[in-house]
Amino acid sequence: MTDLSAPSFVRQDLVAERAAPAKTTGFIGFVRTRLLNSPGNILLTILGLLLAWYIVVPTIKFLLVDAVWAGKDRTACLAEKAGHEVGACWPYIAAKLTQLIYGFYPEAQRWRVNLTYGLGAALLLPLLMPRLPAKGINSGLFFFAFPVVAFFLLHGGGIAGFGVSWTAGVLQLFEQSVGGAGDLLVNLSKSSAIAPLPWALGKVLVLVGFLIHWLIFPLTWLRDQLQLSSLPVWGDFLVTAVIVSAVLFVLGGGMRTGRRALVGSLLTFAGIAVGIKLMGLDRGGFPIVDTRLWGGLLVTLVIAITGIVASMPIGIALALGRRSSIPLIRIFSIAFIEFWRGVPLITVLFFATYMLPLFVPGNFAVDGLLRALIGVAIFTGAYMAEVIRGGLAAVARGQAEAASALGLSWWKTTSLIVLPQALRYVIPGIVNSFISLFKDTSLVSIVALFDLLGSLRASFSDPNWSTPTTAFTGFAFAGMIYFVFCFGMSRYSLFVEHRLNAHRRH
Amino acid sequence: MSIAPRKPPLQFALRLKRALGGKTGWNGLAAQIAFAAILAWIAYEIVANARTNLETQHIASGFGFLNYNAGFDVNQSLIAYNNSDTYWRVFFVGLLNTILVSVIGIVFATVIGFVVALCRLSPNWLLSRIGGIYVEIVRNLPVLFQILFWYLAVLAALPAPRQSISIFSTFFLNNRGLIVPQPVSEPGLYPFLAALAVGIVVALGLRHHARRALFQRGQMIRIWPYVLGCLVGLPLVSMLMFGWPLKFELPQLKGFNFAGGARVIPEFVALTVALSTYTAAFIAEIVRAGVMSVHKGQMEAGSSLGLSRAATLRLIVVPQAMRVIVPPLTSQYLNLTKNSSLAVAIGYPDLVSVFAGTAVSQTGQAIEIIAMTMGVYLLLSLATSALMSVYGWRINRSMAA
Repeated sequence: MTDLSAPSFVRQDLVAERAAPAKTTGFIGFVRTRLLNSPGNILLTILGLLLAWYIVVPTIKFLLVDAVWAGKDRTACLAEKAGHEVGACWPYIAAKLTQLIYGFYPEAQRWRVNLTYGLGAALLLPLLMPRLPAKGINSGLFFFAFPVVAFFLLHGGGIAGFGVSWTAGVLQLFEQSVGGAGDLLVNLSKSSAIAPLPWALGKVLVLVGFLIHWLIFPLTWLRDQLQLSSLPVWGDFLVTAVIVSAVLFVLGGGMRTGRRALVGSLLTFAGIAVGIKLMGLDRGGFPIVDTRLWGGLLVTLVIAITGIVASMPIGIALALGRRSSIPLIRIFSIAFIEFWRGVPLITVLFFATYMLPLFVPGNFAVDGLLRALIGVAIFTGAYMAEVIRGGLAAVARGQAEAASALGLSWWKTTSLIVLPQALRYVIPGIVNSFISLFKDTSLVSIVALFDLLGSLRASFSDPNWSTPTTAFTGFAFAGMIYFVFCFGMSRYSLFVEHRLNAHRRH
Repeated sequence: MSIAPRKPPLQFALRLKRALGGKTGWNGLAAQIAFAAILAWIAYEIVANARTNLETQHIASGFGFLNYNAGFDVNQSLIAYNNSDTYWRVFFVGLLNTILVSVIGIVFATVIGFVVALCRLSPNWLLSRIGGIYVEIVRNLPVLFQILFWYLAVLAALPAPRQSISIFSTFFLNNRGLIVPQPVSEPGLYPFLAALAVGIVVALGLRHHARRALFQRGQMIRIWPYVLGCLVGLPLVSMLMFGWPLKFELPQLKGFNFAGGARVIPEFVALTVALSTYTAAFIAEIVRAGVMSVHKGQMEAGSSLGLSRAATLRLIVVPQAMRVIVPPLTSQYLNLTKNSSLAVAIGYPDLVSVFAGTAVSQTGQAIEIIAMTMGVYLLLSLATSALMSVYGWRINRSMAA
């Protein structure tokens, strides 16, 4: 036992202050912990600084300090003239700017391109902001109305008929094709060993063709009458509007519930009428600008936007087909998707440029831009199908089961319950596909279309501006455009992903 | 009285319905028939149109053209080729060039990608930022843009041969390409290669033996000295016995150009640099995601078991990360191979460039040639995806065990 009576030790003087712990917050702390916390790290920091120094400084020097800002032709950007080492040659960009943005689109008509850009932006921006309402109408306008309007704005030209004429034309083509196949089989049977089979099949096909001919006779007759009238487009438009509205009214539930469908249809047709009137499509529309004159950013944007818009329905159809239980449709979808995903885009473009014209009747001259668009749409559609399939798989099974328990048909289950949820899940995926599509549009310069990159390459061969730094300047400028678009979209995709996963955050 | 359960009815019609139309039954069958009819119609239209169009344009059809003389030159080929060879030979020249640029691109892309991923994962703020900026810039520019940038801007800005940029006086970089020392085979080459092959086989056998000993008997066998001996020692012995396997012929500047050495054409340099840096950015992201997917607890558990840091990484972290990394990595390799077809933009003689480009414009037989070209790429990607499903199946099996 210790002696309890002994006086306890009481310290008289204060303990010396300990040094404050190393600061780990603020700028100094940050430098200490993240940059200089060990010899190895110090070495890495020095290395990083050196690397940054040797890349950042020459870049800034090239783009800003040594750059030439004004001049009329190449002499301004030569070192002898400028008197110092020459960096970027910006007057070259200024001289080529219209070519890089519009291509050779006629100067007097460029307002049409600007108007299209403006319309597109006005429709797209509200679509991208989750907070704004009326997404249904907005996406309908952007995905359906805008492409048509943009076509007539950019390309020009008018229409000779409307719904009745077009339907009649397509059906007539079908009838001729069926009849032609029948005739061919009958002819073939004369020189064949198994003559009766092709003969019988051919006769059946000819009969079918004949039947179709008489089935569509009212339609073709109506078309001929309309075309003979004084206002063919408006007459056709009126007839189409009446027929479509009536059908929608009946399908929508007649007097009981069909009013909504009727009003919607009438409003849509009124909108179409305003569009036709404003652009004067019934009187020939705007002067036609051949697509060979299009170029630069215009072509890049046209291909990217058309590609993404056209690939959505293709992708949805293929994704649903791949999940279908009907064997033939499933096998076809899988084969189609895997085929187009398995080949490089450039071979797809070659296919569209060289093979496709052989596959259509000789009197159809397929436009060069349209060929590339078809190739891009098929290619992107296959990729989009896989993205959307991911979204379909993410929708809980119970949703579809609950819908069928309520007695909804497959079409209603899919279009009202499953697809809306699936598409919401895959917005980031769609944006990512759009980014890669936007980058891939540069490939059309290989098949003789002048997109942004193609126009840039063409501008290098201008002897008026050939200086040692022309190529670097051009690439710097085009690179900035590509980067702004792609980087902006990738940030947007991250933002949407973050928003969609908001419920998972803690 | 028999109480044996009644056999279920055969339900022949139901089974037939299921087999023919799937879940939707007879409706599905009808849909299939309609679908088949539409496909048949489209196919008929295509064939009929193609036949008329080919006839009116006087284009031959069939694969007979493959035996004709090509009559054009190719500026890089791995097999002997001259302009009197057949289109078959052109096909193989192009295919080999595609494979060459893909393999070299894949090697560089993997190395750069892993380095950038390590930078991004580094605790050093500056280094991880530099890695991030590299990835963002490279990923957001089109690959064709980058190929053209390297070809038209960077390589074109290089000096003429007389002012070449010399790297240790063995490699010379100028606007006509990269001049490298040419390896010339010596008599010692074949023994050397044989010794190397034997060394590799023995080393693999040793590794297999050591793993069996470890997993079945718990015995640790130290094999690395023997492995090193096999891999380095055997070739060394062969070199001592038979002399040098290769001699390098150094390039020398003579007049306006280089004599000796091999020239790597600038198209190849531009394509390899662009493809490998572009793909590296994607690989870096894949590797980073793979490493980050391994939970921190795994590392801690490893060290609490007494494993060293290196052993934990090698035995615990890397195998788990690889499981996440390998499938997307393979698809990036495939992408690089497919992107190598952009060679056509700068005139590197790959499959698309010489076969689907020059040969099409000479013979006009677009259908056959483009179908063959697409077939090659398709075969490649189907083979890769088959390989990946085998890999996935093995992973699943080992996870289940």
